[in-house]
Amino acid sequence: MKRPALIATLILGLLTPLIATAETIVSGLSQSSVSITTDYAGTEILIYGAVRREAPILKEPPLRVIITVEGPDLPVVIRRKERTFGIWLNDARLRPGPVPTFYAVATSAPLKDALAPEEDLRLGITLPPAMRSPDSAAQPFLDALLRLRTKSGFYALNEGSIGFTEDTLFNTVVRLPAALTEGNYKVRIFLTREGEVVDEMRRTIWVRKTGLERFLHNAAHEYALLYGFAALLIAGLAGWGASAIFARLRW
Amino acid sequence: MQIYLPIAEVSVNAYALVGIGGIVGFLSGLFGVGGGFLITPLLFFIGVPPTVAVATGSNQVVASSISGVLAQLKRKAVDFRMGFVLLAGGLIGSSIGIWIFARLNALGKIDAFVQLSYVLFLGTVGLIMLQESLRAILRARRTGATPVRRAHVHTWAHGMPLKMKFRTSGLYISVIPPMAIGAFVGFLSAIMGVGGGFIMVPAMIYLLGMPTKVVIGTSLFQIIFTTAFTTVMHAVTSQSVDILLALLLILGGVIGAQFGAKVGVRMRAEYLRISLAILVLLVCGRVALDLVLTPEEFYSITPGRLP
Repeated sequence: MKRPALIATLILGLLTPLIATAETIVSGLSQSSVSITTDYAGTEILIYGAVRREAPILKEPPLRVIITVEGPDLPVVIRRKERTFGIWLNDARLRPGPVPTFYAVATSAPLKDALAPEEDLRLGITLPPAMRSPDSAAQPFLDALLRLRTKSGFYALNEGSIGFTEDTLFNTVVRLPAALTEGNYKVRIFLTREGEVVDEMRRTIWVRKTGLERFLHNAAHEYALLYGFAALLIAGLAGWGASAIFARLRW
Repeated sequence: MQIYLPIAEVSVNAYALVGIGGIVGFLSGLFGVGGGFLITPLLFFIGVPPTVAVATGSNQVVASSISGVLAQLKRKAVDFRMGFVLLAGGLIGSSIGIWIFARLNALGKIDAFVQLSYVLFLGTVGLIMLQESLRAILRARRTGATPVRRAHVHTWAHGMPLKMKFRTSGLYISVIPPMAIGAFVGFLSAIMGVGGGFIMVPAMIYLLGMPTKVVIGTSLFQIIFTTAFTTVMHAVTSQSVDILLALLLILGGVIGAQFGAKVGVRMRAEYLRISLAILVLLVCGRVALDLVLTPEEFYSITPGRLP
């Protein structure tokens, strides 16, 4: 017996059977919270789990896994440069309201095999359907948002990046970028058969600034005036200090 | 060494920040300009959001200006009285500028206005300075000797009432022109989001007839106050001052300003003016190219508030 299968059997054996017929997800995260400290420069989170079932494994139609990780929503302004009187200027703009700061989708098979479009639309699994606008003038802006954020690594679709062994054990690594926004990151795990979602599970990753980062962030927001003066004090002391040191040097 | 900035919410290289601060501080100490024109695009380039770049940049300029002024002070090259008159004008000008900015912003045409006025002003100022300093250098070359140095150049600023003695600058002129120049520069900086040293320095040299060496210290002196005011304003209204980012920029900035001031004293005034003129024209050219060349990317995303 192969090793993954052995582990799978062990896990299955340990779990107390609750539902007899359905296939359900059991999952975990390598870390359920991310602390942003001064030396934070991006991190990787391992999302793993197994399928719990009573009946023997049904080989056909194949079972697929989709995992999404979604960052907090923040409003953006999308601008487009246009040529007026021979010069390029930011002219038209769109404020689509809050959009995810981060959105990663991982699948165990090509997306078109793993998910039916109507299921995608119903549950809002991938980002493009959510970025549809009935207004044809707004659509190019939303397409640009998707394209730019995908290019800079904030939006990602990684087809086939979930390792899925024996239709039971799955795991994937989601990379969180260095420019991370604080907030609750929603993790959703979907189990699909023939594009239909058979089970869903949610998890949360708490992303928080800690230590010095937390202190400065709070100070800037809660004691804004004092913070401003503190910034000036630092500037004043540094300016004076450099001058005093260089005067000593007599160069 | 990567460091995560608490307000900018991005991880950047700490040495790069010290380097940027150093370059900008050097130019600041050398020419008496704040350097906001340079620091904002540089920070933006390494991934700092524009609002944080503008606000934190102004905090760095406070530090490098203090460092520069103290270096100039030892050579008695700061005209405090002139500085205060310019500052008084500046406060009036920027209040009007802030009001107009809000109006234009509501109309949604602020970007076009800002960029066009930037190119127009920098281009004009740069060309005038270049022409004048080239002529001065050529004149010095032709005669083979330094021209006879007049105590000061008589300009239209001498015929107005409310005269005041500016001893350090060696001027006895009406307070109206410096006040008006201060107001104009304050107005421009409020609208364009830059310190205005670029306009202030040439205006003091050519319109007020102040000696180039005194101009640098005096310009830096008044920049301290305007940028200190902007820093606190940004900290209160948008919470976009990143102290950690500022600290690293300042570290480079204050040292750079000392070196800049040192180089400045050794340089002849004409050469100092011509280098500033070239710098002004380069910045102008860069902004102008952005306007004329077809961009690679038509769309841009900025964080925004809810409509």
